[in-house]
Amino acid sequence: MIQKQEKFETNMNKRRLYLTLSATILLTVAAGCHKKAPPPPPPPPPAAVTLPAAKPTIDYFTAEPATISNGQPSSLRWSVTGATGVQIDNGVGSVSPSGRRAVYPTATTTYHLTATGPGGESSADATITVSSPPPPAPAAPSAQSQIQDILAHQVQDIHFDYDKSDVRPQDQPILQGDATALKQIFSLDPNFIVTIEGHCDERGSAEYNLALGDRRAAATRDALAALGVPTDKLKTISYGKERPICTDATEDCYARNRRAHFSAAQ
Amino acid sequence: MRLFLAFSLFLLSSGLISAGQQITGSIVKNPGKPLIAVTDFRGSGAASGYIDAFNDTVRSDLESSPLINLVPKTLYPLQVPQQPSDLQPGVAPPSNRPAAPQGNRLSDWSLPPISANFLGIGYGAENQGNLVVFGWFYSTAPNMPSLQQAQVFGKIYTAALSREGAVDAGHRYAADILAQFGGKSLVGTKIAFVSSRSGAKEIWVMNWDGSDQRQLTRYGSISTFPSASPDGRIIAFTTYAAGYPAIQMFSLDSGRKLPFYNQRASMNAFVTFTPDSRRIVFSSTAAGGPAQLYTANVDGSGLRRLTYSRSIEVEPKINPATGADLVYVSDRSGLPQVYSMNMEGANLRRLSAGTGEATNPAWSPDGAHIAFAWTKGFEPGNYNIFVMDVASGQTTQLTANEGRNENPSWAPDGAHIVYASKRGGQSQIWVMNADGTGKHALTTKGSNEKPVWVNAEK
Repeated sequence: MIQKQEKFETNMNKRRLYLTLSATILLTVAAGCHKKAPPPPPPPPPAAVTLPAAKPTIDYFTAEPATISNGQPSSLRWSVTGATGVQIDNGVGSVSPSGRRAVYPTATTTYHLTATGPGGESSADATITVSSPPPPAPAAPSAQSQIQDILAHQVQDIHFDYDKSDVRPQDQPILQGDATALKQIFSLDPNFIVTIEGHCDERGSAEYNLALGDRRAAATRDALAALGVPTDKLKTISYGKERPICTDATEDCYARNRRAHFSAAQ
Repeated sequence: MRLFLAFSLFLLSSGLISAGQQITGSIVKNPGKPLIAVTDFRGSGAASGYIDAFNDTVRSDLESSPLINLVPKTLYPLQVPQQPSDLQPGVAPPSNRPAAPQGNRLSDWSLPPISANFLGIGYGAENQGNLVVFGWFYSTAPNMPSLQQAQVFGKIYTAALSREGAVDAGHRYAADILAQFGGKSLVGTKIAFVSSRSGAKEIWVMNWDGSDQRQLTRYGSISTFPSASPDGRIIAFTTYAAGYPAIQMFSLDSGRKLPFYNQRASMNAFVTFTPDSRRIVFSSTAAGGPAQLYTANVDGSGLRRLTYSRSIEVEPKINPATGADLVYVSDRSGLPQVYSMNMEGANLRRLSAGTGEATNPAWSPDGAHIAFAWTKGFEPGNYNIFVMDVASGQTTQLTANEGRNENPSWAPDGAHIVYASKRGGQSQIWVMNADGTGKHALTTKGSNEKPVWVNAEK
């Protein structure tokens, strides 16, 4: 009996619960009916404004010469626009957006350039094929590394005025320094040949600039000859406006591109 | 009420007709040239998907021609004929002549507002997997007693059942129409150019309308400054593939390079061919000083020096009409200017005005005009395309406020000029009518420059 009573009470409790629940639901529904149309949900939060950033553009990434003998240098050249960081693997490391670097791979190597920018990554490869057997080293390795060091740090570019190919008076001290450094190179290795590259800014026509760059390289060679540098160790080549070191439309960039540059002959 | 509506509609339509007549007066962009109406062809079955490409091509070719005036479609009757059986010859008797021109009465196409002298009609169909387009062309003169006498031509154009096939058929039909008025067809002509889209500057070739862009060289170096022999068989260019800027000849027939003897020089570049495609003039530093002009056989043998100056002499272009004289760029008076001389190196005279920088000269096929790039009135590097009448020295500016424009090259029809335009980012190849109208780009991928029009193979 007691048990029954208890059970009844439990059932009652359950029933009360049901009643309360359904009343609440009814009230809620009724209240809902009396209300006007609910306000529209708030607009979604604005999407974060992201400007479409372009991937960096790799204008070029080349190795010249693409085929070398063991021990010879090859020159990596690159130009990247719109990048915040440029990396080249195989020990070259982080580099400026445009530039060049002499490398001495002892075996065929593919250099991988990665340009990172706000819009993502771009990459390019340049392969240097190392032919074997290596030719006998013309000079001691220490002399070669010394020559490369002189070429990279002591031989400086000569710059020119617009549409001009004569060495300016203010560049004479640089030319003197170049002559001294080049003579030192040729005394370290009498077989070493240096190429004088003539370059132009982007404004003139590419056709005219090819000839203008040639005249700049020749004028630099002749000026060095006047300072006693043997011309049979100097080659000239014009790149016109095909190999700019910067691509901005500024007077500063134009002036940097109007140059004679020295490199190891290929 | 209904009567009133009909009456006002009638007023409106008659008003439209008179407005149309005014339009007819203003659309004559080539005064004195015939007015031509060409209906939109319709395609049946499998041809229906491609006929729009055909119609667009015909319309674009005719609109860009200086030889005719294309009457705008908006003036055509609603009912247009598709084949000869849809057409009636002669003039309708005055008694039962309707107020507005009827499409099926041939001579009605000569009435305002259409006022066309000629009518082109036709349709396309699929036959054995090919696209077959029937194209007719009629004179609308009212005194033609029969359709046969009014018909100028009726031809069948067979092409691949594809968009490209429809474009090709459209070019051929438009060329046949323009041939009636002295037009030289551009079908079969190509444009050689330089593109860096593969990573390095290489020589590319495309059809004259920008289709079928193909890479010709794969040196991974710098290959640039293309030119073409007048017989359309050889592309000459300058390449650093061997370490120095040197000339290379490339056969379009075999797709292979041809033997060419380069002078020992720091630079050999800028080839121009004689009209018979057998000799060339080019620029070289073979003498040790600045670049000078030389002539040689097409294989580099038989060398003879043409200029003896202490200045830069580049970009020779032999007169394609006479073969007796050439223009080139020299800095002998300061900044680069365009000069002319005869093939012996004599009769030197400056053609450009002497101000600014004038460069990239290009002959019109008849030798009467030279297109060139000039910085007139602007700072260095800001080039625009100009055309000079050689006899009078009068110049006309064709581009303005559209970026840097250079390297013009004339189409064999003398009515189009292809050029490079750098508007912001990268240089692209553009084509325009020789009067500077109708500019449109032919390339979009990568950087593209130095276009040169290549004649159809002879």
